[in-house]
Amino acid sequence: MPFLDLPIDFVALPDHASPTFTARVDATQLVAACNAARAAGRALVSLWGSDERDRDASAGFELHVAFDFEEGLVCLSLPLDRDAPTFPDLAAIYPNANRLQRTACDLLGLKLESGDARPWLRHANWPADYFPLRRDTPDRRFPTENEEYAFVRVEGDGVHEIAVGPIHAGIIEPGHFRFSVMGESVLRLEQRLGWKHKGVDRRFAGMGLADGARLAGRISGDSTVAYAWAYCQAAEAIAGAEVPERARWLRALLLERERVANHLGDLGYLGNDVALAFGLAQFMRLKEDWVRLNATLFGHRFLMDRIVPGGVSVDLDAQGINALRQQCLAIDTEVRRLKSIYDEHAGLQDRFLTTGRIPPELALRLGVTGLAGRASGQARDLRSTHPCAPYATLGPMLALEHNGDVAARSLVRFAEINESLRLIGRIVDDLPPGELRSEVRSAPDKRGFGWVEGWRGDILVALETGQDGKLRRGHCQDPSAHNWPALEHAVIDNIVPDFPLINKSFNLSYSGPDL
Amino acid sequence: MNAYAILAQLLELATALVMAPILVGWVNQCRAWMQNRSAPPLLQTYYTLNKLFHKEVLLAHNASSLFHSAPYIIFSCMALAAAIVPTLSTDLIFSPAADAIALVGLFALARVFIALAGMDVGTAFGTLGARREMLIGFLAEPALLMVFFTASLISQSTSLSTIVETLAHKEIAIYPSLAFAGVAFTMVSLAENARVPVDNPTTHLELTMIHEAMILEYSGRHLALIEWAAALKLFAYSCLGIALFFPFGIPEASDPLSLTLAAIILVVKLAIGGFLLALIETLSAKMRIFRAPEFLGTAFLLAVLAMLVHLLLRA
Repeated sequence: MPFLDLPIDFVALPDHASPTFTARVDATQLVAACNAARAAGRALVSLWGSDERDRDASAGFELHVAFDFEEGLVCLSLPLDRDAPTFPDLAAIYPNANRLQRTACDLLGLKLESGDARPWLRHANWPADYFPLRRDTPDRRFPTENEEYAFVRVEGDGVHEIAVGPIHAGIIEPGHFRFSVMGESVLRLEQRLGWKHKGVDRRFAGMGLADGARLAGRISGDSTVAYAWAYCQAAEAIAGAEVPERARWLRALLLERERVANHLGDLGYLGNDVALAFGLAQFMRLKEDWVRLNATLFGHRFLMDRIVPGGVSVDLDAQGINALRQQCLAIDTEVRRLKSIYDEHAGLQDRFLTTGRIPPELALRLGVTGLAGRASGQARDLRSTHPCAPYATLGPMLALEHNGDVAARSLVRFAEINESLRLIGRIVDDLPPGELRSEVRSAPDKRGFGWVEGWRGDILVALETGQDGKLRRGHCQDPSAHNWPALEHAVIDNIVPDFPLINKSFNLSYSGPDL
Repeated sequence: MNAYAILAQLLELATALVMAPILVGWVNQCRAWMQNRSAPPLLQTYYTLNKLFHKEVLLAHNASSLFHSAPYIIFSCMALAAAIVPTLSTDLIFSPAADAIALVGLFALARVFIALAGMDVGTAFGTLGARREMLIGFLAEPALLMVFFTASLISQSTSLSTIVETLAHKEIAIYPSLAFAGVAFTMVSLAENARVPVDNPTTHLELTMIHEAMILEYSGRHLALIEWAAALKLFAYSCLGIALFFPFGIPEASDPLSLTLAAIILVVKLAIGGFLLALIETLSAKMRIFRAPEFLGTAFLLAVLAMLVHLLLRA
């Protein structure tokens, strides 16, 4: 079936939690599809490469590009030459493709026809002709060398650079930020990330479907539920397994609990970054209560490994439902009170308002996703736009703000906490009875996609099984990869000391995209 | 001058050195309580200082002798400043030697050295912090001087001892000018001591730091001296506030009984002052750095108003 009047025949994949389509294209078609999608305002979801040379003597590499179409998730695959795997630069159409392309080039030795070809994941920790994700590449260690990275220089009278990181004064993840400043005013920020590459994609290869779920759940600790669910959607699509109704509802419950926990923590840290330690103390207290109940009811504070292929590994009894209900009521009251304190605190509002603005047009152009996107007028939330069960029944409300500043991002968090609390109430009220888990048996040579709205944004997991039914390729897309470049734009014309606050208002993962 | 004056002077210096870390600990305790956190021990600053004194000093390769000597100079400045401010007695041997203007000079001297040391190693943060510190400093100093001038006009002297004697003992009078000066002094103190809402002493975010950014490269005993000096500065400012605006209870004579009594009164006043500081810090958010000129401009304005009020009502 054709979309956006494209002369491409899309194939609907069966057994997916939300509609998913794939197609094989040539380079011209891919560029045309990108342009058409861009013109229609559709988002780029992910871009990754794979090594198919082991299939037969003529097979080479493949480039996969996933889009968010109105009809569902669409994945285009472009076969690339075995010896000269070059592909057209899509960053000119989708700016957020830049780092994804460079990652694919670093891992697989693909080449860009034009555009930014600087390394991204490779920090001179391995030679330029060593490609870790190629199937014939042996596992090896190399001595670390000093990296010469071509930062874009800003020239002019009085312009100087501030280099921050990758090692910071606090205990946070590594990221290098190169500011070009004039006095306190930021003229340009360039990020150098990609320090946390750990070979997760390669690790997936050869794993069984059940083991892969544990790995996927460990990609980003704060989004373990979302990753596990996305992975399970993909695995269940491969297996053609039907997930019991009760398990779907419990999954949604866990996902909303994860969202609330993270939003509570972030709101506290936002207060702390403007030196309102009172806010931090209060929100952290609420978050601690929240994750403690997770531990009591589900056996894990962050709900790791509670979603498993075929269903869930935990159940909820009447007592648990009662505890959840009471906690939602208590937290709701407290969050409302704290929101009125934040709203009425002149000093805090002075710091939040107009700081780190991404106007809606810019957000659309940069492909800002998830929470940050919704704070900049991007009405994209998979729970509303591509709802999988049970979200179609629950009907979550989409939180939307248009100012795109730190204040907007904190307001979206408040709104989403309220909505998640309502959803949790709804879930425990209408929780259907039945089985918790169905059997998942892997099938050979199949592709499966999982796509879930985590608290930060949409998480994509793409899986492919080999002839033995084991995983052949696993690719996970963290929403942070789309939003990091937006941060570079958000700080322009702000002052240097406001950067940590702006950064925190996005709260992106450093490690999540570096797989 | 008598033996007691020397004793009082030594006692005052010792009190400052001993009490300053405790005052910082007390402020931190109050802050923790107000934020529903469990508080660190009152003596936590001592534990930290002890730890730092036992740690190795790591120096940047390009650190000059300025960088080594700055902590000692800053510490001496602050110790001397704490000794000049009358806390236990106004009968001090230093009082004829150094007046309020000299005190401002001492603070300025320490500031120059800490800013130079911050820039010495050449890291971006040190320079950043030094630049911001000088911005705060050149706005805060005139306001502080104006506060002193208001008090000096009342007592016809810039000597701190005379000011305190006048305000505490001579005539019972209400000075409306001191109310303005008091508010101005509070604002300047917050800025000068790197407290919220101007700076955040507890942050780990390098890009937002002012005071902390300058001392990021210090370690071991150097860092300990700077931390102690910062505590002494807070102590000196607190005592200045007490001496100028709540001097009641600081005795003129130096005899054992009045010294003991003065010590008790001082502890009570400092406890209240520390509590109020923690309250201000808990209630406010840190302002944008470019709000600091407005903030300190207001302080200067209030200090000038204080002088005008004095001149209008008295002259």
